[in-house]
Amino acid sequence: MTNPALGRLAKATPPGLAHRLRGLSDRTIAWIFVAPTIFLLLAINIFPLIWTIRLSFTNFRVNRPNEAVKWVGLQNYSRILNDADIWATMTNTAHFLFWTLFFQILIGFALAWLINRKFKGNDLWTTIIVLPMMLSPAVVGNFWTFLYQPQIGLFNYAVAFVTGADPASFSMIADVRLAPWALIIVDTWMWTPFVMLICLAGLRSIPESIYEAAECDRASPWRQFWTLTIPMVLPFLMLAVLFRGIENFKMFDLVVQLTGGGPGDTTLLTSINLKREAFEKWRTGYASAYAVILFVTIYGLASIYVKALNRVKQR
Amino acid sequence: MSYSVTEPSARQKWIAGILVALYAVITILPLVWIIATGFKTPSDSIAYPPKVVFQPTLEGYVNLFTTRTRQTPEYMAEHPPQTWAERIVAKYDMTIVGPSRFGARFLNSVIIGFGSTFLSVFLGTLAAYAFSRFKVPLKDDLMFFILSTRMMPPIAVAIPIFLMYRTLGLSDTHLGMILLYTAVNLSLSVWLLKGFIDEIPVEYEEAALIDGYTRFQAFRKVVLPQAATGIASTAIFCLIFAWNEYAFAVLLTSGEAQTAPPFIPTIIGVGGQDWPAVAAGATLFLLPVMVFTILLRKHLLRGITFGAVRK
Repeated sequence: MTNPALGRLAKATPPGLAHRLRGLSDRTIAWIFVAPTIFLLLAINIFPLIWTIRLSFTNFRVNRPNEAVKWVGLQNYSRILNDADIWATMTNTAHFLFWTLFFQILIGFALAWLINRKFKGNDLWTTIIVLPMMLSPAVVGNFWTFLYQPQIGLFNYAVAFVTGADPASFSMIADVRLAPWALIIVDTWMWTPFVMLICLAGLRSIPESIYEAAECDRASPWRQFWTLTIPMVLPFLMLAVLFRGIENFKMFDLVVQLTGGGPGDTTLLTSINLKREAFEKWRTGYASAYAVILFVTIYGLASIYVKALNRVKQR
Repeated sequence: MSYSVTEPSARQKWIAGILVALYAVITILPLVWIIATGFKTPSDSIAYPPKVVFQPTLEGYVNLFTTRTRQTPEYMAEHPPQTWAERIVAKYDMTIVGPSRFGARFLNSVIIGFGSTFLSVFLGTLAAYAFSRFKVPLKDDLMFFILSTRMMPPIAVAIPIFLMYRTLGLSDTHLGMILLYTAVNLSLSVWLLKGFIDEIPVEYEEAALIDGYTRFQAFRKVVLPQAATGIASTAIFCLIFAWNEYAFAVLLTSGEAQTAPPFIPTIIGVGGQDWPAVAAGATLFLLPVMVFTILLRKHLLRGITFGAVRK
C-alpha cells in the first residue's frame, strides 16, 4: 500500500534531506511516529480536562461572559456532594448499571454456552445476534420510543400477546415505575451480544483435555460446570463487566433519545443531568466540578477493578 | 470420528440450536420493524393491531428527502403531479417544494466519518508501529494514557471543547468534528493496530533492513502490506464509531456540520413524528453498519475489546 501523497513528498524533497529523513535513527522515527498522536490527545483530551478542573473551582457561566469570574474554591464540590438530587441521579445510574450488567451477563453467558454446543448454523445465528450492538444508540433508541407506544407499539403488542394484558393499559416510557426498565430492556437488547462474544471466546479457550480429565475422575456435569467452566471463563466475564460498566456509567445517547431523563427525573442518569447543568442551565463551573467527580469515580472504580481482574487472571 | 466426552449429544445440539435461533429471531425483530415501517404509509405504521402484511409504498422515503406544503384542491387540480414522487404526495393535497435537510446531514456523516477514520488510522498506524517495534520511554504508561482517554464521559470534556472551538472558530465545522472524532478514536486504533503489528514477525523487517532498506522503507514496503487486514478492520471500527457518535454531535453541531444521528429523531411530519420517514432515514443510516458488521464478524470481538480478547 503506497501513499501517493508520500510519493509526491519524497520527490519534492531534495536528495540530501531525503537521505537524512530516511536514514533517521530508530529513536527519532519512534518519536516522529508517536508525537502526533500524543499531541492530538493532549490538545483534545488532556487540555480540556485540565480546563474543566480549573473551571470547577470558579463560578463561571458561559451564558454570562461579561460577569466577573470568581474563584470559589471547593464550594462547587461541596454543593454537589451535598445535593440530594445529584445523589438521586447517582442512584438511578447505579440501578441502571446493576440490572443491565445482571441481565447481560445472565443472557450473554447462557447464549454463549448454547452456541458452544456447536450445532449446525451457529455462525449464522451468532452474526444475526450481534447486529444490534453495532448500531447507532441514538437512532435505535429513538425508534424504540415507537415500539414502546401504548397500543400501537410492537413491544406493547407483544407483551399483550403473551400476557393477555391490554396493550393500551401501560406505557413503558411514560410510567414512573416502568421507565427505568424501558432503558434496561433496550440496553440489554443492544449489549447482550457483547457479553456473549466475550464469553464465547472464554469458553472456546478452555482446553478439552481438562473436561476429559474431569470425566475420568467421574465429576458430574454440574460439578464440571461450577468448578471448571465458571472459573475458566471468569476473567473473560470480568473483562466484559469492565467494558460494559464504563460504557453504561457514561450512558448518554440511548437514554436521551428514549426517555430524556423523564418522566419526572426517574431515568435521569448522571451524564444527562450533567448535560442539563452544563448546556441548559449553563452553570459551567458547577457542571465542571460535577464532570470531574464523575471522571474520578469512573477512573477510580476502573483502576480498582483492573487490579482485581489481574489477580483473578494470575490464579 | 472418535468418541469424545466433550462433544455434545445430538439432542443437546438441537435444543441449543432452537433456543439460540429463537433469541436471534426476537432480537432481530426491532430491526426488521424499522425496515418494514420505512415502507408503510403513516396510517399503516400506527395501525392497531400492528400490520405485518401491508401495501409497500415509498412515501416514507419521499417524505424523508423532500419538504412539502399543503395546497388547495383547486391548485392541485390546476397543477397535476408530474413525477412518481409528486403523485405520492398529491394524495394528501401536497406538493414538493424542495429537498429536505436529510441529504446534507447524511453527507456530513460521510465526510466526518471518513475524514476522522482516515486520520485516526493514519496516526494510529504510525504510533502503533513505534510502540510495537521501538523502545519508547514510558511505553506502558503512554499506552495506558492513550486508553484512559476513552474513559472520560464525552459530556465531561464537552464544556471546554465547546469553549475552545468557539474561540478557534471550529464549532459546527467539519474540521472540528473530524479532529474531535480522530482524538476519540485514536485510543481504539492505537491499541488494535499494536496488536495486529505485534503479530507480524520482526524477522521480515530485519531481513529487509539487511537488504539495505531504511527503517522507513521497511515500514512502508514490508509492514504496511502485512498489516493491511488489521488496518482495514480497524478503519471499519473507527468509521462505525464516528458514524454512530451522538453526544458530541448534538452538543457541538447545530447546522452546517450536523451529522445524521442528531437529525433523524427530529424528523417531524404533520401532527407528530412521521414514523415512516424516521424509519426510512434510520434504515438508510443503519444498513451500511449492518453490512460492515457482517463483513467484520471474524474480527468483531477483537475490535470491541480494544484488542484485549483475540480469537
